[in-house]
Amino acid sequence: MLLIDISFYVFSTVILSSALLVVVSRNPVHSVLWLILMFLSCAGLFVLLGAEFVAMLLVIVYVGAVAVLFLFVVMMLDIDFGSLRSEFARYMPIAGLICIILLMELSLVFGVWQTAESAEQARAVITPDLSQVQNTAALGHVIYSKYIYLFQTAGLILLVAMIGAIVLTVRDRPNIKRQDVLSQIYRDPKEQLKIIDVESGKGL
Amino acid sequence: MSDFLTTGPGMLFLIVIQCLGIIGFVMISLLFLVYSDRKIWAAVQMRRGPNVVGVWGLLQSVADALKYVLKEIVIPAGADKTVFILAPLLSFVLAMMLWAVIPFNPGWVLADINVAILYVFAIGSLEVYGVIMGGWASNSKYPFLGALRSAAQMISYEVSIGLIIIGVVISTGSLNFSDIVIAQQGNLGFLNWYWLPHFPMVILFFVSALAETNRPPFDLPEAESELVAGYQVEYSSTPFLLFMAGEYIAIFLMCALISLLFFGGWLSPFPFLPDGPHWMIIKMAFFFFMFSMVKAVVPRYRYDQLMRLGWKVFLPLSLGWVVIVAFLAKFEVFGGFYARWVIGG
Repeated sequence: MLLIDISFYVFSTVILSSALLVVVSRNPVHSVLWLILMFLSCAGLFVLLGAEFVAMLLVIVYVGAVAVLFLFVVMMLDIDFGSLRSEFARYMPIAGLICIILLMELSLVFGVWQTAESAEQARAVITPDLSQVQNTAALGHVIYSKYIYLFQTAGLILLVAMIGAIVLTVRDRPNIKRQDVLSQIYRDPKEQLKIIDVESGKGL
Repeated sequence: MSDFLTTGPGMLFLIVIQCLGIIGFVMISLLFLVYSDRKIWAAVQMRRGPNVVGVWGLLQSVADALKYVLKEIVIPAGADKTVFILAPLLSFVLAMMLWAVIPFNPGWVLADINVAILYVFAIGSLEVYGVIMGGWASNSKYPFLGALRSAAQMISYEVSIGLIIIGVVISTGSLNFSDIVIAQQGNLGFLNWYWLPHFPMVILFFVSALAETNRPPFDLPEAESELVAGYQVEYSSTPFLLFMAGEYIAIFLMCALISLLFFGGWLSPFPFLPDGPHWMIIKMAFFFFMFSMVKAVVPRYRYDQLMRLGWKVFLPLSLGWVVIVAFLAKFEVFGGFYARWVIGG
């Protein structure tokens, strides 16, 4: 019990401090690296909750794929930190205002938070006995057997978004030379190469 | 003593001892893997290879490691110092962390977690950060180009490795390595292993593993003819040693994965011989030999062909295979051939 408590506080402290460092660090690449540390600690919290499947997915999807993309973009950007910092004071009041409004909204929401009476039951109906089933199997059962149509719909929506992004960004560029891989593979050395015995001092 | 081991500090002590055991095993095999790698290339190219330090040059790797450690660490003037040092540490530690879930015999595993494959996949996907951070922190052109190439390559081949593993997971019905090996048990010895039902995927997995670990013929991140040495250009002494050690540990881990997923881990190939951890070691050594032979024999790929192979050949093939295996296993088409739970595996 003690070990779990200690790890909980270690993970939480790391999450909070690295989240703070994401915002305050001067170099954007360092920000992304702190963000990665934060994702990893979140995965640690999920493991403590006994949701090891979600923890591993968090690492695979967010750290292994999304954050790599962030890192790529941030590394490629040519940012002038001086000009960014000089405009910091100008935007400070409006940023502060937005923060205060968000904080008020959140506190309003959580202050009057109530769980519906039937919510607990509705959740219990689809949850298999967790002492019998691993949570990977339990999640698989719920997603792929019980709510397969909703899951497929979500997948289709993502597909549409992906196609949309490709359609928006693809450009038809004429005058570029493309590699035709098949013709490269099927080239026959007999037709392409000629071996000539050159006498010394003569040349071809 | 046995009472002490069930208490909190006792269990901690036990875990520390087990960790040290695994680190010791991996580090000692690392020394001889590097040596055997060089000997194998030498044999293919009709050279003698390392033969001066120790008997038959067996201590060459020890001498090299000492040389690296004793040299001065040079950090380029424009480099980001913290990230520069962090990158090789990361790639070494992550490669080492993966060994926690690899079983060598029933019960011979540090962490017998039930999402072991996902763990390998998750930590393996972090390894790309060592390369990107190293390339970026060096603040120099060639390392950065090498890091970009490497990141793109590792991400591409991770996809097909993941899909190939899903096929095996569907056949087994579990994400635990021990369960996967036990599902390959049977009366027919090596004919029961997954290489037979998943035959085309074994080859795809091996090639993807080459690309994933940046081994030749896919060693474009460090293509010395174009990029000097890719992301490692600015590294010297111990940080370079860590990069290289991390790379070899990752390769050895891929050998372990192939043995576990497709070649029955610790199971004996013949029904009349007893099972045991030595089979696992022999299989891993054999696949490492294959890795070295590929490096010695095959010329380097071109980068666009590498990407084409990953996305246009391996991805559709492995995705299609997942669909086929899911169908064959769900409807138990060949009995227990794909659906191992039918024959009690």
